[in-house]
Amino acid sequence: MNLILDIAWTHVRARVRQTGFAVAGVATGVGFSIMMASLMQGSQDDFTSRLVNTLPNITVSDERRAPPPQPAETFYAAAEIHGLTPEARRRGIKNPLASMAALEAWLPGEVGSSVKVQAIIRYANHDIATNVIGIDPRREAKVSDLPKQMRQATLTALYRATNAIVIGDRLSDKIGARIGANITLQTSEGTRISAQVVGFFHSGVRQIDESTAYVLTKTGQILAKQTGLINELRVRLRDPMNSREIAERVERDTGYKSVSWQEANEDLISTFIIRNIIMYTVVGAILLVASFGTYNIISTITHEKARDIAIMKSLGLSEFTVRSIFVIEALIIGVAGAIVGFVLGYVLCLALGTVEIKNPFIDSDHLPLAYSYLHYLLAGTVALVSSVAAGYQPARKAARLHPVEIIRGAT
Amino acid sequence: MSAAPQQTQTAGAAVALPLIEARNVTRILSGVVPTTLVHDIDLAVGDNEFVAITGPSGSGKSSLLYLLGLLDLPTSGELLIKGHATARMDEEERAFTRLTLLGFVFQFHFLLPELTVLDNVMLPMRALARLSRDGMKSRAADLLGSLGLGDHMNKRPDQLSGGQRQRVAVARALANEPPVILADEPTGSLDSKASEQVFQVLRDLVDKHGKTVVAVTHDVSLAARMDRRIELIDGAIVSDQALKGSR
Repeated sequence: MNLILDIAWTHVRARVRQTGFAVAGVATGVGFSIMMASLMQGSQDDFTSRLVNTLPNITVSDERRAPPPQPAETFYAAAEIHGLTPEARRRGIKNPLASMAALEAWLPGEVGSSVKVQAIIRYANHDIATNVIGIDPRREAKVSDLPKQMRQATLTALYRATNAIVIGDRLSDKIGARIGANITLQTSEGTRISAQVVGFFHSGVRQIDESTAYVLTKTGQILAKQTGLINELRVRLRDPMNSREIAERVERDTGYKSVSWQEANEDLISTFIIRNIIMYTVVGAILLVASFGTYNIISTITHEKARDIAIMKSLGLSEFTVRSIFVIEALIIGVAGAIVGFVLGYVLCLALGTVEIKNPFIDSDHLPLAYSYLHYLLAGTVALVSSVAAGYQPARKAARLHPVEIIRGAT
Repeated sequence: MSAAPQQTQTAGAAVALPLIEARNVTRILSGVVPTTLVHDIDLAVGDNEFVAITGPSGSGKSSLLYLLGLLDLPTSGELLIKGHATARMDEEERAFTRLTLLGFVFQFHFLLPELTVLDNVMLPMRALARLSRDGMKSRAADLLGSLGLGDHMNKRPDQLSGGQRQRVAVARALANEPPVILADEPTGSLDSKASEQVFQVLRDLVDKHGKTVVAVTHDVSLAARMDRRIELIDGAIVSDQALKGSR
C-alpha cells in the first residue's frame, strides 16, 4: 500500500499546477455546495422556527371537517338527503375547560384557550381587516412566544385598560397608531367597541404582524357577542415536529378540526421540498463539473505515464496495483479539494452572513445560514466519490495497457 | 502457477528442468494483414547460461524475448517457466511470475524518473513485500554497491550517465533475486566503454552468481563472447550453437 501511495503522491506532486487546478475545481464545487446548502437550510430553518414559535403548533377550532350527518342517514343506509341546510350549531368549543384538561392529560405540551374573531380596525381613516384573538396573558407564555415578541410593553399591559389591545408592529405602522391610541374594532355582526393600544408585538412573519391583534379573552367574547365563548384551543408541544400526528389524535378525540402547523403551511413546506430538489440538482451539477477536472488530470497523467506503467507492469506490478496508483491519485485530488472546499465553504458562509437583505416573507436583517457538519459531510462525500469515479476509468484503462506495445514504441 | 511441473525424462534418468522452455511457439499479430513475429520456436534455456539472441532488424529477437518474459502471449505453442505451463495463467499470475522469477533490462534504462536510484531498485522488492523496509533498503544498497553505484543511491536517474543508468536497471532486475535476467539490447544505447562495463556486469551474474542471462543483441562481437548464440531470421531460429571457450 505504501508503494501505491508513494508513487501516486510522486505523480501528483510532480504536477503542481495541473493538480492545483483539479483541486481548485473540486474545492469550488465543495465550497459552493456547502454555501448553498447552508443558505437553503438556514432560510428553511429560520422560516420554520418562526412558524413554529409564532403560531400554535396545533390549533383546534370549533369547526368540523364535514357537516354532521342527518339522523336518518345514521340509522338507515338507504337514506340519502339532498338540498338540506346543515343544522346550525352554537359557536364555540363545548366544555372548553374539560376539553383542555382531557388533552393535557396525555399530550406532551401545553394547551391554551382563545377566542378568535374577524374584525375591522378603524383608525385615522384606515379600515384594516384583522384577526382579533382573545387570550389569557398568563397562560399565553406556555403556548406561544408572544410574551417574548412584545415591544414597548409586556403582555400583562392588556390588564391595564378596559378593552386594551396589542397589535402587530407592522399594523401599527400601517395605521399610524401609537401606544395609548384609541382605535375602533367592528365585527361583521355589528359589534363595535373602542380599544386602547397598550403594546405592539413583532413575530417576524409579515402576514401576522400586519393583520393580527390580541385582546383579553373577555374582550374577544364581547366582540363575538357570546359570553363564555372559546372557539380555539392552542397547543404547544415539546417537540413541534410531532404536531401532525398529535393533531390527528386530537381531532379523533375531540371531533373538532385540529390543524397542525405543518398542515396550515403545507404549500410552503411543499415549496421547500421542490427547493431542496433544485438545490441538490445544482450542487450535483457543480460537483459533476468538478469531477470532469479530476478525470482530465488523471487521464493526462496516465497518458504521460504510459511508459512508466509499462515498466511497472513488466517488472511484475499487478493490474490492481497500477490501477490503485491512479485511483489513489484521484482520491488525493478529491481529499485535497474537499479540505480546501470546506474552508472555502465556511468562509463563503461567513461572508454571506454579513449580507443584509430583505425577505418578502420574513423580515430578517441578514441572510439566515445553517452551519451543519452534515453539509460538509455530504459535499465531501460526493466530491470523493465523484473524484474516484472520474479517476477510475482512466486508471482502469492505464492498468490494461499492454506493456510490449509501449516498450516497442519507446524504443 | 496453474500447471504442474513437467519433468523431461531421458533414458530413464531425471534431467534438470529448463528454466524457460518454448515448445513450437508462434506469435502472430492480428490485424487487417496479420503479421508473424516469430514462428515454430523450440527452445530451452537452462541454469547458469549466458545466451545471446541475434539476428537482423525485424527478425523477431525482441518479440521472442517478450514471449520468454511473459510480457506477450504466444498465438500458439506452449511456454513453460521452471516446468510450469504459462498458457492458463491469468494476468495476476503472470505478473507474479515476472516479479519473482524474471528480471528485465531494456535497451533504454526505463527507470522511473521521479524516484531516486535507491527507490527504483527497491520498487520490485516493495511490490513483492517479502522483506522489511530496512531489509529492502539494505539489499538495494548492497546491489548498487556491488555495481559501483554506492555513491549515487540518492540521485535521480537524470543525474547519472547512460552506463550508470543501465547498471541501475540491472540492479533493479536483480532486486528480487530472480534466476533469469532477460536483457533487450542492454548495451544498444551505450558507448563502447559503458557497453563493456554493462557486459561485464552481466558476465559476472552468470559466472559469479549462477544466474541465467538471455540477452538480445545485434552486436556480433558481444554475442561471440557469450556461451550460446541463437540466431533468428524472419521469426524462425536458424541456428542455436554453444560457443566454446567463450568464458
